[in-house]
Amino acid sequence: MRAFSYERATSPGAAATAAASTANAKFIAGGTNLLDLMKLEIETPAHLIDVNDLALDRIEQTADGGLRIGALVRNTDLAADARVRRDYGVLSRALLAGASGQLRNKATTAGNLLQRTRCPYFYDTDLPCNKRKPGSGCAAIGGFSRQLAVVGASEACIATHPSDMAVAMRALDAVVETVRPDGATRSIPIADLHRLPGDSPEIETVLQPGELITAVALPKPVGGKQAYRKVRDRASYAFALVSVAAIVQPDGTGRVALGGVAHKPWRLEAAEAKLPDGAKAVTARLFADAKPTKDNAYKLQLAERTLAAVLREARA
Amino acid sequence: MTRVFFDVNGETHQLELDTRTTLLDALREHLHLTGTKKGCDHGQCGACTVIVDGRRINSCLTLAVMHQGDEITTIEGLGTPDGLHPLQAAFVEHDGYQCGYCTPGQICSAVAVLAEVKAGIPSHVTADLNAPVRLTNAELRERMSGNICRCGAYSNIAEAISEVAGRSA
Repeated sequence: MRAFSYERATSPGAAATAAASTANAKFIAGGTNLLDLMKLEIETPAHLIDVNDLALDRIEQTADGGLRIGALVRNTDLAADARVRRDYGVLSRALLAGASGQLRNKATTAGNLLQRTRCPYFYDTDLPCNKRKPGSGCAAIGGFSRQLAVVGASEACIATHPSDMAVAMRALDAVVETVRPDGATRSIPIADLHRLPGDSPEIETVLQPGELITAVALPKPVGGKQAYRKVRDRASYAFALVSVAAIVQPDGTGRVALGGVAHKPWRLEAAEAKLPDGAKAVTARLFADAKPTKDNAYKLQLAERTLAAVLREARA
Repeated sequence: MTRVFFDVNGETHQLELDTRTTLLDALREHLHLTGTKKGCDHGQCGACTVIVDGRRINSCLTLAVMHQGDEITTIEGLGTPDGLHPLQAAFVEHDGYQCGYCTPGQICSAVAVLAEVKAGIPSHVTADLNAPVRLTNAELRERMSGNICRCGAYSNIAEAISEVAGRSA
């Protein structure tokens, strides 16, 4: 691990200012992804700003009947919150499908959104990766790609976003709240938070330098049957090959977001309009522009079958 | 170097550490509490599991300087050779190990799992998110999935934990 200096921030604004005014600084909260990457020298910050003292660890009711989740709320606490379990079951389910008990106790809401890909070529510092070293090329294309993206990818990068939580939040139309170094705040719909790789896969979100996530707001509950189904190589403690977050209403309409298939949670409102016609109609639309590799083409059918299983369960 | 103090097994320690020092390395290399093991050092195996402020975490994936004032319990704080923690005794009784390297992490994790179930925290295999949690074998295995045992002593580990869970239920 490279040497770094360390400070504990005392307010969100001060943290954002420090991050923008210090060269090569990073925020650290749970640290479960960042420290792993720092050990491998994939992340090499010169300065860490510990945000754990900021009072961003509460889940509060919002004026419009939704919930505001503080950026530092741990994954365990969010999944176990009685309001989340009752009204946003898809979010509890997604969180519980991710990582291990130990990691969920540390990992935070904002950190989960900002975690880096688990593409094996991003981790292998002996091989090219445009995300790790812009312009070096993509070893995943033509490499071992069965875990990687089938849609929304580019010639530069076929990495996936690894989060389960973010997929559920996309289905729930969550809004990410931030503070910038100049003190200004803004709200970013989660659909707009993560970028597709294009020709700059190293830029993963629309956040600006120093911009700090302070909370994630959920709109008022939408009801319906909520499910998160994750398909992976072992029954627990593994990343998704494909996952489906779904909210199905009694009239057959609903929402669908997929994980494990793209550089961000994959949801198309035009696709879920096809829900009454069944899973095949929905995934046909979701994957209309898919360009899978030989090794990951199986994900198209796997996603369709997983959605079909979720719909069968929701309508039972 | 940064100064940090925290409690380990009821005793306060003050250390001056390189900021890069993980909690795991602070425990093993600076406080010589070598019960906590370094397995993968990347949060994948659970051998380094300790309990911080009542919650189990991977001590390899957290910096010591981030634990100012925290209360840390390691395997050395759970029991003594003459006064084993009930889970330590159950692991011996049920032969819940072979080489023993993952055992301290397994036991720290199991202690916290029993507390998590008592607190009503659901898991991936909990059928009803809004009903009380019962520690079935499937629940136990899911909750312990962050602790890998390369010797494959899982069924005996599960029996040891089940026995203690049943006793304290």
